Amino acid sequence: MTVSFQIFFTLFVQMMKSKADEEDYWNSSKFKAFTFDDEDDEFSTLKESKRTVNSIRCLVEEDDDKEEVEKVSWNGEPVSSKTLLWLLKQMFSIVVSLEKFRSLQDKLLLLDSCVAAHDGNVITAVLIYLKRTLSKEVLFRELEPRQTALSHLIHYLTETRDQRLLLELYTCLTCFCFQLLQYKEHLSIADENKRRDFLKSCLSLPFSPEDSSHVQDHYTLMERQVIIETTDRRAERGEKVERALILNMPLITTLSYCCLYHYSESEGTFSSPLNIRQTFKISEKQFFVTALGARAKLKAWSDVDALFTSRNWLGFTRKKSPLGFQRVVDILQKNSAPTQVLQDYVALVDDAELRITLAQKHKCHDIVINTYRDLKDRQQLLGYRGKVERGSGEERKIDELLNNLQIRWKN
Amino acid sequence: MAAHLSYGRVNLNILREVARKDLREFLDKCAGSKAIVWDEYLTGPFGLIAQYSLLKEHEVEKMFTLKSGRVPPADVKNIIFFVRPRLELMDIIAENVFRSVFVSRFQAPQFLTIFSPSFLLQECYLENDQTSLYHTAKGLINLQALYGTIPQIYGKGECARHVANMMLRMKREFAGSQNQILPVFDTLLLLDRNVDLLTPLATQLTYEGLIDEIYGITNGYVKLPPEKFAQKKQGEASKDLPTEPKKLQLNSAEELYAEIRDKNFNAVGAALSKKAKIISAAFEGRHNAKTVGEIKQFVSQLPHMQAARSSLANHTSIAELIKDITTSEAFFDNLTVEQEFMTGVETDKVNPYIEDCIAQKDPLIKILRLVCMQSVCNNGLKQKVFDYYKREILQTYGYEHILTLNNLEKASLLKPQTSSRNNYPTIRKTLKLWLEDANEQNPNDISYVYSGYAPLSVRLTQVLARPGWRSIEEVLKMLPGPHFEERQQLPAGLHKKRQQGENRTTLVFFLGGVTYAEIAALRFLSQMEDSGMEYIIATTKLLNGTTWIKSLMDRPESQIS
Repeated sequence: MTVSFQIFFTLFVQMMKSKADEEDYWNSSKFKAFTFDDEDDEFSTLKESKRTVNSIRCLVEEDDDKEEVEKVSWNGEPVSSKTLLWLLKQMFSIVVSLEKFRSLQDKLLLLDSCVAAHDGNVITAVLIYLKRTLSKEVLFRELEPRQTALSHLIHYLTETRDQRLLLELYTCLTCFCFQLLQYKEHLSIADENKRRDFLKSCLSLPFSPEDSSHVQDHYTLMERQVIIETTDRRAERGEKVERALILNMPLITTLSYCCLYHYSESEGTFSSPLNIRQTFKISEKQFFVTALGARAKLKAWSDVDALFTSRNWLGFTRKKSPLGFQRVVDILQKNSAPTQVLQDYVALVDDAELRITLAQKHKCHDIVINTYRDLKDRQQLLGYRGKVERGSGEERKIDELLNNLQIRWKN
Repeated sequence: MAAHLSYGRVNLNILREVARKDLREFLDKCAGSKAIVWDEYLTGPFGLIAQYSLLKEHEVEKMFTLKSGRVPPADVKNIIFFVRPRLELMDIIAENVFRSVFVSRFQAPQFLTIFSPSFLLQECYLENDQTSLYHTAKGLINLQALYGTIPQIYGKGECARHVANMMLRMKREFAGSQNQILPVFDTLLLLDRNVDLLTPLATQLTYEGLIDEIYGITNGYVKLPPEKFAQKKQGEASKDLPTEPKKLQLNSAEELYAEIRDKNFNAVGAALSKKAKIISAAFEGRHNAKTVGEIKQFVSQLPHMQAARSSLANHTSIAELIKDITTSEAFFDNLTVEQEFMTGVETDKVNPYIEDCIAQKDPLIKILRLVCMQSVCNNGLKQKVFDYYKREILQTYGYEHILTLNNLEKASLLKPQTSSRNNYPTIRKTLKLWLEDANEQNPNDISYVYSGYAPLSVRLTQVLARPGWRSIEEVLKMLPGPHFEERQQLPAGLHKKRQQGENRTTLVFFLGGVTYAEIAALRFLSQMEDSGMEYIIATTKLLNGTTWIKSLMDRPESQIS
């Protein structure tokens, strides 16, 4: 074949060519013929490939170059070794020649040479050979310090979906790098109960301390979501309301849901927002923003107000919000809060300039008027008179102020 | 023939022709009618080399996309599979073949599998698959076969070192066959992407860069929202707006595009204006055409003028679309934070803008680009800050993103501080990476591509040419990976005698991807009066911050169904 496809050029191929006589090699008793019938070989997992190769008679018979080649027994059909090699190259390569590397030392040397040559396909081919001819313990032990080879093996096992071996490998490794790949598999599980159980099984894997706590949180969240879903769906049977499903949603989305539908529950229930906040250690700011958004959506303005107040030993006081009041106003306005409600919060914006801008934007006239009065800015107040409704209370107020001789205007 | 590839010192058409020749020869080897089954990832890149008409000339009657199941019925003598050499594709091919052979009632066609030639663009896998480096080395060897041995090789980075070693070794293995072609390239510069992690994270501000950031350019094409491009026939009410996105080809064959693609976006408006006047004046020329000869000449120019006018209309629309975005508050706020990080402002604290964006649940990629930038500019985030961002992201976007965050950490994009020393300010000052008040209209420095920030990768390239890397040894040591210089022997008599004032040519190869802004910056260097250097750019892929981070995000299922 003279087409330009990937040729597996490596050091050791050349090594092979220059080694012992090819003739002796093929005919010696040491050579084990490679057949597709080999039960525990990797290629049998590529079932379609196997059957296909067996049935493509035309390919088997074709032989472009008229080179003299050795005949090798394969599945009983006499086939030119050149074609066999070509077929193997299509799938996965020079495993046939690898039988020559028998001792552990030779095998490791082979592996290291391939890694140095950087051809990924060959590295994987050699790994398959090692996997077949070494015990798991030895293989894992030898691969651990060889990061590149280890990566390749994991990549290969993932692609061929060899879950069992992957799990064994992860459990043996002392470094934390690869457990996450096992965790990743949860994404391909559709059923929520199965996914939750799978996450539970991941908890025993040796993750790094940080990752471990995140996986733990994920499991706890999933567990909780399933419970809340089931309870809510059951309760909903009577109502017509279609609530958003929270399965597999992020934590904050789940919190938002609970703030919408389970806001007033006591701290003891699974769906209580306060319980969720405590269990997952949600930051004050995040909790605040989420609760604010949810209650504003439902236009529960008194709940919104309650978020800002806190009791101190004197009674009730206004607490500074963990969120700038500008943001608060933004969120409220997005949820169509009435001007009276917006007004209360615009008034709390510290910066005068900002306060005026916001007040003007949301038509909180009183605030604008009061702020200009406080700033003793006569010009601006005069200018603003044109923006209020003719004959309105605001206009009268402005006129009163402008006529007030006691105010020492700055302009 | 792609005429625009012939301009400049290096005739890229040679490369294209070789590929086409290979393809033609191969197709001719399979005598008789053919059907091709394509790996859909390859259709784009192949389109850069050959159109369907070429394939038809060689008896390709049908084309299909590679899918599970059976190859659709085709009464052809050969069925050819064009695929990337990937394990999961082999199974699909086998399945296709198996099912087809048994179902077909016609004479069983011959099946052939072809792996795409090694010089086509390949992706670098996160799993540290070294194969792509091997392909790069092989590609460079092939390149030298066409354009001559490159006498000097410089490089910075681990991958660069590997590629150079492979190249030298491959050359030794083929020793004996002397390459007699007069070298076109004087120097090869290999740069690892991870030597400069900052540049792709920043929002590009050139015209082409912004098109890529906002709409994405794939194989020289961009898909745009159709509303602005709807044709209004005179006198008719406008029909229903088209729903199909408008697809436009973008390359230097289009005169106007070649002019504005590398400009800072703020300079594009003026350029379009100027062009509009020129085109207007040209059309007015019809009034001056009095004699038959003059009229004939005017008419012969018409197609060119019309093409220019249509090109102007397209780019005016695109510029309007982009302007809507660049003048938005969100864009401005984002850019401000980026520039704060780049100039080293408060990179050691949790950034309030980022916090707000997370709270508002802005797209995750936007968040990731910003936190990665902060991390890179701080040489890793303080543990508290790192933990905080991580937690906020996982809680807001989902715990499954541990995988993405892990990948970003492995790529050194988002990591906790290991040492207290942050070298970035030193690097920035020594290499003058930040220039206040960069001139966007008439730039005099590469920093115009990011309105102030000079891409580190391009600055390194610039310094290599003059005064040379010896002068920045200390800084180079602060950047990851080894730096090196190699020389390759040229056969006697091939040493170039340089003419007075003749430019030298450097091939800059980005291992791991390059942005349009960096390409613009390199083109700018080539055009500078006293540079004495022309740059040709090669890469494993084109990227922007978004596509780059996306490639590092974990995808749960394999791509091919």
